[in-house]
Amino acid sequence: MTDLSQPGQPEGATGALPATTAAATGEVAAAGSPAPTAFLEVRDLRVHFPTDDGLVKSVDGLSFRLEKGKTLGIVGESGSGKSVTSLGIMGLHTAGQYGRRKARISGEIWLNGQELLGADPDEVRKLRGREMSMIFQDPLSALHPYYTIGRQIIEAYRVHHEVTKEVARKRAIELLDRVGIPQPDKRVDSYPHEFSGGMRQRAMIAMALVNNPELLIADEPTTALDVTVQAQILDLIRDLQKEFGSAVIIITHDLGVVAELADDLLVMYGGRCVERGPAEKVFYEPQHPYTWGLLGSMPRIDRDQTDRLIPVKGSPPSLINVPSGCAFHPRCPYADVPKDNITRTERPELREAGDGGHFSACHMTQEERTRIWTEEIAPKL
Amino acid sequence: MLAYLIRRLFAVVVMLLVVTLTTFAIFFVIPKWAGTDPALLFVGKQADPEAIEGIRQKLSLGDPVLVQFWHFVQGLFVGRDYANGTDVTHCPAPCFGYSFRTEQAVWPQLTDALPVTLSLAAGACLLWLVGGITTGVVSALRRGTLWDRSAMTVALAGVSLPIYFTGLLSLAIFSYSLKWVNVDYKPFGDDPAMWFESLILPWITLAFLYAAMYARLTRATMLEIMGEDYIRTARAKGLRERVVIGRHAMRSTWTPILTLLGLDLGALLGGAVLTESTYNLPGLGRLAVNAITDKDLPVILGVTLIAAIFIVIANLVVDLLYAVIDPRVRLG
Repeated sequence: MTDLSQPGQPEGATGALPATTAAATGEVAAAGSPAPTAFLEVRDLRVHFPTDDGLVKSVDGLSFRLEKGKTLGIVGESGSGKSVTSLGIMGLHTAGQYGRRKARISGEIWLNGQELLGADPDEVRKLRGREMSMIFQDPLSALHPYYTIGRQIIEAYRVHHEVTKEVARKRAIELLDRVGIPQPDKRVDSYPHEFSGGMRQRAMIAMALVNNPELLIADEPTTALDVTVQAQILDLIRDLQKEFGSAVIIITHDLGVVAELADDLLVMYGGRCVERGPAEKVFYEPQHPYTWGLLGSMPRIDRDQTDRLIPVKGSPPSLINVPSGCAFHPRCPYADVPKDNITRTERPELREAGDGGHFSACHMTQEERTRIWTEEIAPKL
Repeated sequence: MLAYLIRRLFAVVVMLLVVTLTTFAIFFVIPKWAGTDPALLFVGKQADPEAIEGIRQKLSLGDPVLVQFWHFVQGLFVGRDYANGTDVTHCPAPCFGYSFRTEQAVWPQLTDALPVTLSLAAGACLLWLVGGITTGVVSALRRGTLWDRSAMTVALAGVSLPIYFTGLLSLAIFSYSLKWVNVDYKPFGDDPAMWFESLILPWITLAFLYAAMYARLTRATMLEIMGEDYIRTARAKGLRERVVIGRHAMRSTWTPILTLLGLDLGALLGGAVLTESTYNLPGLGRLAVNAITDKDLPVILGVTLIAAIFIVIANLVVDLLYAVIDPRVRLG
């Protein structure tokens, strides 16, 4: 448990994977089809929240696959449905909506051959924390302020293991040591407010991993941390993934984060997937104008300082009145490239874009996209 | 922690001194400014000049105000002698003086009334905590349901209806019409069953008012806490909803409840004026009301001081409890 993997492995070591292992595949399996072979498969997931203003379609038809030992990065701006997706997988999409009108969820989520959405909620509860666990954005608010770190980890362990408190405490100390908390036998009795931000996130990770989960979902795990600590936490997640062999979903709005970690990328916009594929492909040959926008608005050290960042104009779409046709068309500089006003009338489906399991939901032809990317966008980045 | 306690206790003493001085000033100094003679207030209407002079001498009303205050404080701690030239009355500590109406020492009146108020407050408190918190939690968890709406409507009524209304109504129904309960107060030591019977209606009436407030507070707090990130974390661990609510949400709900409880209990122990008056319970509240009606200044002074002491102590207890509940509060 205590052998730390070597840090500082070459960049891209995890990213350069054969295309066949890519999480993203084209087919959206029909509902009711047999259990998939993938470790995690999400089929046509829809999570809608009824509100007084109308139906909020937070996630509206999302499908993807993830194998064990692989990392999927879900990228998108605020309100694109990334967090709701992860909460939906965990069966926690109603949390925070307590007692109000219930969220409507449909589709299929297959974890290890078991379908979760149709399963008994108590069965899903038993999987939570044991087979799938989650790291949240702000570790200070995600940890209970009145209980010690140790007590919270012990609790997480004892929900799923019938062991004495002493055994669980040993396990907690072992995990705190593993995630790099100094003097774990003393710090186990500290309260969250006595930890620094990075230490709290490490403790949070220790808690998430205490039951050796096969699926780890990290929802913006570094957003609340300062930059030096961010890299440490990402390294830690990568090392732990190697060690535990779990499947990891990293949700972020920061492309830099997934660039380091993800094997595959899924770009979300307005509750839908607009592009997905192997991380390298999405980074170096992006096939959707929104992805171009994300790349253009990312600060880079190798860029000339006199250059300005290129923001994505406009604001995120309303999830109640999603724009007609392509949800991105009001903000897309290339909305008029395809003929017949099709971007405003018809919603683009995910279609294969290039080889190696790279998909994009854009009305432009691949030739048009490639030309715009290589001639207009890439030189400015 | 010990240093904090000592500092706080010191502050309590100072606070009580200030309260005493203020009360003293109100009853002894202000009448003077207003042009009335305190001696007149003490003696009552249509007294002959001789009696007024006797009182003035007995209470040393001719002395400077600070000297009078000193005598008063001295009386509280070591007792004092009242002399009107011919005979001397010793008033043992703690001396709050003598009631002008009954000419009895004030302190024994206070100690007689206190157990009544204590019985009333303790019983009602137990009822309203159980009733209020349970209602609040259930309402929060079933937000928007028929249960929630009805409970909150009843709670709104509870907060809005004054004690003298609900109290008189309950008396009219359960005591006078149905004759189910006898409301003549009996001390616990005399007859526990009668004590219980006589207090049932006051308990319920008082508890109804407070339970309504506590239910609303608990519901609001609970709703806020159920949306906290750490509740989501607790669920993400795979805990049963029962544990999520009982262990994680309730733990945080206690903080505002205890804050309110400390202040409410402190204030109540100084006399539940309306309840005691409505049910004719011989507690501190009724003592105060009667004293005010009779302009019985020493008694008013005594009740005020006792009430102040309870409030100050309640505040101290709440502050200490904070440190116990919330590890982020470090006393020092």
